[in-house]
Amino acid sequence: MTAHPIRVQSAPFDMGAELNAFAVSLPGAGAVVSFTGITRDLATGDLQAMEIEHYPGMTETALAAIRAEALARFQLVDAMILHRYGPLAPSDPIMMVATAARHRADAFAGAEFLMDYLKSRAPFWKKEITATQSNWVAARAEDEDALAAWSTADRQPKA
Amino acid sequence: MKLDIRYFAWLRERVGTATETVETEAATIADLIAELSSRDAGYALAFSDPGAIRAAIDHELVAMDAPLAGAREVAFFPPMTGG
Repeated sequence: MTAHPIRVQSAPFDMGAELNAFAVSLPGAGAVVSFTGITRDLATGDLQAMEIEHYPGMTETALAAIRAEALARFQLVDAMILHRYGPLAPSDPIMMVATAARHRADAFAGAEFLMDYLKSRAPFWKKEITATQSNWVAARAEDEDALAAWSTADRQPKA
Repeated sequence: MKLDIRYFAWLRERVGTATETVETEAATIADLIAELSSRDAGYALAFSDPGAIRAAIDHELVAMDAPLAGAREVAFFPPMTGG
């Protein structure tokens, strides 16, 4: 098990180093999957910063619950979630998840599940800041749909 | 009952504060929203679209009809945009 499976931090992180550290001790695992979200520039190309606000205390609780749910639902050896807050520059890594499993199907599904849940259930809010304005990023209906899909039969874990 | 209330993102900006302590007899989250909305224009605007408001009691996401009995900290915020 990774030493600190849930991390919420303002500091930048090195996704390669994080993944290597995660993969050091995974007994029985044959597959590791990771996802990294990076700060996307606006279509207009003038994003100065993305400010990420969060709810200290609830954030850690919510991420731990989401990770526990993924571990219970899929055959995972381990899972980690790292999420930043504060001001980020375009192309800065925002967050990452990694999963390890005996076989790839559980590792892929586990990572996707973690992402779908933390998109809509982890208390983070993004604000896009340009030289002239700032806008709170609205939640997307697609993200809520992706979350709801995990409750339907076709996304239940294979027996 | 004494409650700590926290606001996040555009709710915080519209209300004009990140945190406050209130004395209230509200029975549910919805009652508390109605009480806060009647305070002034900023609060009224912040809570004007109920579909855009999420609430948590003591770090747990809850529905609008959730009872406040035993709550210490209530938070209001827009739909979350993690990831």
